[in-house]
Amino acid sequence: MLMFDFIPQIPISEAVQWLTDWITNTFSFIFNPIRNQFGDFMNWVADRLYDIPAIIIILLVAVAAFFVTGKKFGLAVFSLVGLLLIYNQGLWEELMYTFTLVLISSILSVIIGVPIGILMSKSKTAESIILPILDFMQTMPAFVYLIPAVAFFSIGMVPGVFASLIFATPPTVRFTNLGIRQVSTELVEAAEAFGSTGSQRLFKVELPMAKGTIMAGINQTVMLSLSMVVIASMIGAPGLGRQVLSALQRAQIGPGFVAGISIVILAIIIDRFTQNLNKGN
Amino acid sequence: MPVIKVENLSKVFGKNVKQSLKMLDSGKSKEEILRHTGDTVGVNRASFEVDAGEIFVIMGLSGSGKSTLIRLINRLIEPTEGHVYVDGEDLATMNKENLRRIRREKLSMVFQKFGLFPFRTILENAEYGLEVQGMDKEEREKKAKASLDLVGLGDYIHQYPEQLSGGMQQRVGLARALANDPEVLLMDEAFSALDPLIRKDMQDELLDLQTKMQKTIIFITHDLDEALRIGDRIALMKDGSIVQIGTPEDILVNPANDYVERFVEDVDRSKVLTAENIMKRPETINIDKHGPRVALERMREVGLSSIYVTDSKRNLKGFVTADDASDARKNEIRDLNEILRTDVPTVTRDKPMQEIFEIIHNTPVPVAVVDEGKLVGIIIRGSVLAALAGEGEVNVNV
Repeated sequence: MLMFDFIPQIPISEAVQWLTDWITNTFSFIFNPIRNQFGDFMNWVADRLYDIPAIIIILLVAVAAFFVTGKKFGLAVFSLVGLLLIYNQGLWEELMYTFTLVLISSILSVIIGVPIGILMSKSKTAESIILPILDFMQTMPAFVYLIPAVAFFSIGMVPGVFASLIFATPPTVRFTNLGIRQVSTELVEAAEAFGSTGSQRLFKVELPMAKGTIMAGINQTVMLSLSMVVIASMIGAPGLGRQVLSALQRAQIGPGFVAGISIVILAIIIDRFTQNLNKGN
Repeated sequence: MPVIKVENLSKVFGKNVKQSLKMLDSGKSKEEILRHTGDTVGVNRASFEVDAGEIFVIMGLSGSGKSTLIRLINRLIEPTEGHVYVDGEDLATMNKENLRRIRREKLSMVFQKFGLFPFRTILENAEYGLEVQGMDKEEREKKAKASLDLVGLGDYIHQYPEQLSGGMQQRVGLARALANDPEVLLMDEAFSALDPLIRKDMQDELLDLQTKMQKTIIFITHDLDEALRIGDRIALMKDGSIVQIGTPEDILVNPANDYVERFVEDVDRSKVLTAENIMKRPETINIDKHGPRVALERMREVGLSSIYVTDSKRNLKGFVTADDASDARKNEIRDLNEILRTDVPTVTRDKPMQEIFEIIHNTPVPVAVVDEGKLVGIIIRGSVLAALAGEGEVNVNV
């Protein structure tokens, strides 16, 4: 009907399919070792965490919460009760896996995101190229990332981390860029006027000034990682998300609720920790 | 040889720089260039020389290009055209590395809003210039401390900038600039953010320091009084151009053109200056806490024959004289209220000096400057005379 009907359908989906296949085949020599070694490493971390008696971890977290929040009892009590509840529900091992995934993807996101953010803040060209890519990364439905993740890294924790990286890194990049650009002109001038080199200006003035903003970005990244790690259970990432998924598949509201509430508890603890670390400095 | 020599220095902000420069050369005005090319002329072919140990003030209203000019001198802003020679080396054309060396060793800058790093202690702030040179910690701490001692902040080294008052923060800015012992200090409206009494203290202190250090100072200000007070020579700027350079007296007596004349004609000082400009910090005692004995002691300390009395909120209550206080002590009167005199000569902050002259002539005690009932300063005869003579404040006791 439409006047554009004479144009045949453009084969975007075929092209992307082809590209993904090509990348998978061509770079399998990179992807395979990453999948194996990195997967082993993550399993190793999760296992070591699981080796530590739960009660010790719970107490350590509670004590840390007490100090991080400036010697207030709120978060400490919440952590204690919340983690004991997860343990009581028999989800401790799943919790350790989820935590490992969040920890490692967040660390990688920060390692990748902060330098990119710095690059953006220093170069208008870089900013104008990277910003739309970030928009793209954040608006694409998260599930879509699972597909190439599986193609590259098969199933398990590693593709979960990969998908989480794409989904959760943008806030760190954005906030790093913003934080550095917001440093007042006078302070930048002061740094310059006393003969700072570019890196002295960055490390001695700009990054310390931008720290609060960057930490806010990292907080967001960590929370997004957590949400992605749950979704990544669909491609076989172990942890609390898998409990939710299996409850969903069997329509069991009870176990689904228990796993869900465990994720919420973990989310609150992580969020308050990262926020207070920021404030404390 | 002059320490700083600025030659035909121009800055044009915009996209049609070449065309704008051409128009500048053919004598077109800032407005014409803006209309024609869309470019803004920041500084228009400025030339001057500054000798060693001189305080050179660049003075102009906002938008006159003075802040741009000072930033062209240490190349925080890239010049469009012209040269800046520091000890014979041309800053405008040198490479980044040499520029850094000059900035580290020869030029230091003090900023209007202090430009202190809030996450660093006072000591660490003062160390900054030495730190980026790669000096080891012990040595740079020693130098930074010496510099902080010089400005009277030796006891505050472990505080953070936000814990200090504005005046103290600017002392830190000054100490930071002095720590690497530069030849030239660039001071960009350094005292403009401070309130009037503190600003005067800082001006005095700068002059004191200058007699000891003999730095070459380029000082930017929009305040003519400040310029007249501290400048050895003054350059007046308008619309990006320097319209006159001369000693304060030159500028007052032989204004180069109408603009300068209009600028300085109001400097019939008794008309321009108000109570606020010439008041001194008052010596007071607190009626809620002190008695005649303290009053007498305080007067002896500062060599006054009378002293003002306020309550804890600095509301002016009156004054007591030394004679009354001394009698009171003999008669063992404890309450200041009994000897308090309330016939106080008061003026507001904005009272012109001309009118104060009348008042101060008829009263034996200093005139109180009040703001909504609170005592903010006192005016003594000596400072009125000194201000009239154009010499600034002189410490004379009544």
